[in-house]
Amino acid sequence: MLEATSLAYRYGKQRSWLFNDLNLRITPGEIVGMSGPSGRGKSTLAKLLAGYLTPSRGSVMVDGRPLPGSGHCPVQLLFQHPELAVNPRWKARDILAEAGPPDAALLRDLGIEPAWLARYPHELSGGELQRICLARALTSRTRYLLCDEMTSMLDPLTQASIWRTVLDISRSRELGLVVISHDQALLGKLCHRSVCYFQNDHLSSACLLAT
Amino acid sequence: MLAIQNLSIRFTHYTFGLKKKEVCVVRGLDLSIAPGQVMAVIGQSGAGKSLLAHALLGILPRNARIEGKVSFKGQRLTPERLATLRGSQIALIPQSVTSLNPLLRVGVQVARAARLSGISQKDVPTTVHRAFARYLLQKEVETWFPFQLSGGMARRVLTATATVGMADLILADEPTSGLDPITAGEALGHLRELANTGKAVLLITHDIETALQVADMVTVFCAGTTVEVARAEDFKGLGHLRHPYTRALWAALPTNSFIGTMKPIERTSDTGGCPFRLCCNDQDAVCGQSAPELKRTGEGWVRCHHA
Repeated sequence: MLEATSLAYRYGKQRSWLFNDLNLRITPGEIVGMSGPSGRGKSTLAKLLAGYLTPSRGSVMVDGRPLPGSGHCPVQLLFQHPELAVNPRWKARDILAEAGPPDAALLRDLGIEPAWLARYPHELSGGELQRICLARALTSRTRYLLCDEMTSMLDPLTQASIWRTVLDISRSRELGLVVISHDQALLGKLCHRSVCYFQNDHLSSACLLAT
Repeated sequence: MLAIQNLSIRFTHYTFGLKKKEVCVVRGLDLSIAPGQVMAVIGQSGAGKSLLAHALLGILPRNARIEGKVSFKGQRLTPERLATLRGSQIALIPQSVTSLNPLLRVGVQVARAARLSGISQKDVPTTVHRAFARYLLQKEVETWFPFQLSGGMARRVLTATATVGMADLILADEPTSGLDPITAGEALGHLRELANTGKAVLLITHDIETALQVADMVTVFCAGTTVEVARAEDFKGLGHLRHPYTRALWAALPTNSFIGTMKPIERTSDTGGCPFRLCCNDQDAVCGQSAPELKRTGEGWVRCHHA
């Protein structure tokens, strides 16, 4: 279980709390949607859950243990702009190898063609590159996947095909998913439950409402 | 207002030593917009939607070669004429928020755009205040630098920059990406208002559903060419959409069946014939022989042998 307990975070001492005392639990195989107005800390929460940021207070635990400080992290984060998440001077093959030798069956499921592996990121389209990032994140040790606006810059056809694959993998591996998106219709199609994210100005604390 | 016929864009680059290779990224593109119209341009990622906007402004890189006929207000749009028109009569809302000058306060940038578009020096401050107010940006935002803005605010500043002047044609390149539905709706509402005052708006977007709320016509791009021009009303159901790609795009929307009925288009055929027959489910012998021409069907246009 991915569990955030009384999580609090703010960027700098002078700034107001993005959220205070936030609790969230994601069980294996569960798909949780997250939406809300921009600038409220959805992406910040994702970065905290994946261990990119350290919470000011509270803790993030995976199966009862804190996130590892080094080595492979069981919580993987996917970004909106895949081109910013890869080394522009590496070929796709080296990008994939960052997470250990890629699984041939996984590459086939994601529709990654062998020819792409010899290309640099700028020679791949957004959809192709996002699939490379997905393959890199989906090693066998990954237990939870956080998708931060993963398909918002892709056309609907590519979007549908990527999500089909992710849903299949999530089902077969009992992978927990957090889907951050502005698209309510997309969340409705994908998620078991969704949390709406908003900030109460008076209390300056964010609430997560299960809907 | 704007008519584009048979536009093609090619890029030349060096492959090895002095050997040059030419890649055709946009071919046979047709588009026309009337005053008072919002024309949405949707389609595959990487189909050349943003290239079109850049070609219309003449800001493509130097290794690009443009062919075809573009006319603006009935006259041929030559590079010389374009240089006098862009910024004053044709304005762009860029896709990337990095298009703001990072070292200049945003109020100054909007004021500069207003001055360049022909507003007199004395009216500039009031025009700028009004533009900021219209996009619900507080007065103090004028004195901020771009790094102090959130993604949504930066988008609104870019929109203000393009609409502050008296441009008759506004090219909006993904003006709503990364905005929540309410802010996105407002941003598009402003574009609709501008169109209602007799301007023409070219709205390049991925967000088909939000775009349909404000657009009159929709042009669908795929593989660097126009495959269909349809009325916004035609997107109510599958029955009125003529091209297989448009139908697949519509069906793949999360509000509809969310199933990719067509393979995502990653490769197109250069060998003559229909450029995306490799991905099409309805292809037969005719598709391999000749590239289909854009033909009139009802209110719209379609490029398919089987429509």
